[in-house]
Amino acid sequence: MHVEEQFTPKTWPEAPEKATLEAKNKFLGFWLFLGGETVLFASLFATYISLKDKVPDPSMAHAKDLFELPLSFLATMLLLVSSITSVYAMYHMKNFAFKKMQFWLLITVLLGAGFLGTEVYEFHHYVTEFHHTFTSSAFGSAFYTLVGFHGGHVAFGLLWILTLMLRNSGRGLNLYNAPKFYVASLYWHFIDVVWVFIFTVVYLMGMVG
Amino acid sequence: MGGINFLVTIINMRAPGMTYMRMPMFTWTTFVTSALILFAFPPLTVGLFLMTFDRMFGAQFFDVAGGGNTIIWEHLFWIFGHPEVYILILPAFGIFSEIIPVFSRKRLFGYSSMVFATVLIGFLGFMVWAHHMFTVGLGNVANAIFAIATMTIAVPTGMKIFNWLFTMWGGNLKFTTPMLWSVAFIPSFLMGGVTGVMLAAAPADYQYHDTYFVVAHFHYVIVGGVVFAILAGTQFYWPKMFGTMLNEVLGKITFWTFLIGFHLTFFIQHFLGLMGMPRRIWKFLPNQGLDTGNLISSVGAAFMAFGVIVMLINIIITTVQNKRVGNDPWGDGRTLEWAIPSPPPFYNFKQLPLVRGVDTWWIEKMEGKKELTPAEPLGDIHMPDASILPVVISGGLFIAAFGALYHGDKGNTWGLPVLIIGIGIALLGMLIRSVKDYHGFHIHKEELLEDDKDKGVKA
Amino acid sequence: MTNEQVKTGNPRVDYDYRRRKSAEEMKYQVISFILMIFLTLIAFGAVYADFSKWFTIPIILLLAIVQVIFQLYYFMHMSHKGHEAPQLFLFSGALVGFLTILTFSTIIWW
Repeated sequence: MHVEEQFTPKTWPEAPEKATLEAKNKFLGFWLFLGGETVLFASLFATYISLKDKVPDPSMAHAKDLFELPLSFLATMLLLVSSITSVYAMYHMKNFAFKKMQFWLLITVLLGAGFLGTEVYEFHHYVTEFHHTFTSSAFGSAFYTLVGFHGGHVAFGLLWILTLMLRNSGRGLNLYNAPKFYVASLYWHFIDVVWVFIFTVVYLMGMVG
Repeated sequence: MGGINFLVTIINMRAPGMTYMRMPMFTWTTFVTSALILFAFPPLTVGLFLMTFDRMFGAQFFDVAGGGNTIIWEHLFWIFGHPEVYILILPAFGIFSEIIPVFSRKRLFGYSSMVFATVLIGFLGFMVWAHHMFTVGLGNVANAIFAIATMTIAVPTGMKIFNWLFTMWGGNLKFTTPMLWSVAFIPSFLMGGVTGVMLAAAPADYQYHDTYFVVAHFHYVIVGGVVFAILAGTQFYWPKMFGTMLNEVLGKITFWTFLIGFHLTFFIQHFLGLMGMPRRIWKFLPNQGLDTGNLISSVGAAFMAFGVIVMLINIIITTVQNKRVGNDPWGDGRTLEWAIPSPPPFYNFKQLPLVRGVDTWWIEKMEGKKELTPAEPLGDIHMPDASILPVVISGGLFIAAFGALYHGDKGNTWGLPVLIIGIGIALLGMLIRSVKDYHGFHIHKEELLEDDKDKGVKA
Repeated sequence: MTNEQVKTGNPRVDYDYRRRKSAEEMKYQVISFILMIFLTLIAFGAVYADFSKWFTIPIILLLAIVQVIFQLYYFMHMSHKGHEAPQLFLFSGALVGFLTILTFSTIIWW
């Protein structure tokens, strides 16, 4: 199975993301990377949990004052829906439907960009209304680092998927780029997984007290 | 990245017939070490980021006035720091597990238990980090838990020591330089290990903490373990890497002077520590009772320096003389690497070998074969493309680190731009690497046949 | 729901079978997705309803873990054959992560 081989929907292998040794290696290597990222985010979560509400002056904003349901719900929905759209894109990839895959990847990117937009608005709101900044307190430093690192990962993921889409727009699917799309999609799911914990631990637990 | 690379290679790319339990011990230790690397470095990364944010951007993670807490740093650092020492020692164990069977002409005793012990050490390594924090005030319960967990690591380590001893027992021993290092490793590392158990007793540690007793302990395990392994491995693998053989006489001189120097330097430090000499103080008043001990230590250091210089001379002489050696210069190689030329061709194996058991090459030799049994006919080999981009990406991060380190020192302002430029180079490198096509290339059958005029073994 | 190569000898049958398997799997994905939205709604609802925090916090944590398991096993195919190594390494990472979080919640402040 040569990587440059042209396929039809009928001859396209069942698991294109694992059809070559290179693909299998990328696949495994990326899952291992996600294992390491799990530990990385766990360390950030741990830091946040121990520094939550640790402010130098009791009159400063605490978690209870800052977080609100509507905004966090919107952000969560945007990211969760973008996860299912990326699954749909992979479904089309398995069926050798390149244009449909590209379309659903584009939707994923747009939803992700929307998520980042809400986060920027949210941070701006905290800074201007509550003077809750990165340097104002340990709580602020921990919050912006944890949520900010996640946002940074989202931004990186968007650039990654966009790059793949643009680079391969003239080529169609083949065994060289199929594993690349699959790995990018795994990354996207992982950041959604991290967000599930962020909205639970930071926002929901923050609002509960 | 290095960890992931080794893990994927070991999991996905083993030769036909090589099950996990037929891998050489060095491969097993590399496997467990790589898993440790994968999981231990992220907490360090986080800790370093937090500290950099505090220094560069005024964050309050470790500033008590802003609500921060310095214990966070200690936990993050030692969650990395303890697995790190197992990252250091497990490959050393692997090297000794290769050398000892070769020069005992006997297979490794207790292979399965060695594998089990290695995995257990790796796992337990993540459970004990707070033994670096006994005096911080975590409380009696926490201290007790970590103390006991630490002592349990002595068990699988002891298993390994016994297995090495049983390998040598009854074997046809040949005391070449690598074997001398291995034999010296056992008591030296053991001494470091037992002082480790002493330190693990949390109440006793209140006395040892921050004294030279600790310094003596870790130098015994690191020098007696890791450095001996590096020196042994250098001598052992030199012919395989470079095609020449280091001089045995000079090697033995290095060994004896380094060994004596090492013990002179660090044994006395146990007592210096018990007498109360603290760590991290650069100058002491005279007549504190510490002068003689430190002098002996320094003499030992001179011995070690001498040994190392002799080794460098050895390397220079060997390189200049350039007497080439064959595939299996030690004569008793047991594993696959000794079946191919020294140094190996860049594609390593002309034909993938068929692995029939542990110590694959030994099996073939005992059956009288001159070459490995191949698993495939001679054909084109597909090789990956080379690329400078990974070096560019790491170079970018290297530059960025300098920006972060020096930002704000003595009022300089170039720190932040250098940081940004460095990260930019790294990201650009990643972009190009993703966008550029890397299909690899083929080495054709004809070129392989040309190589040392060998027709290839018929599969 | 494994990823087996089924060969009946007739390529058109194989292809049709694969398409239908894919479509069926996609259906499961959408169902899982709706379940995840549901779990999220319950979590947000629990906070909105202002129950005691000793009740709400364990519930939302549990919901998060369940949702993550769904994501890993369905969206990321961890249930499929050939995912043993990823499973091992992800759970090891999760274990180390759990230890870290446990430590920071217990032995930092005193």
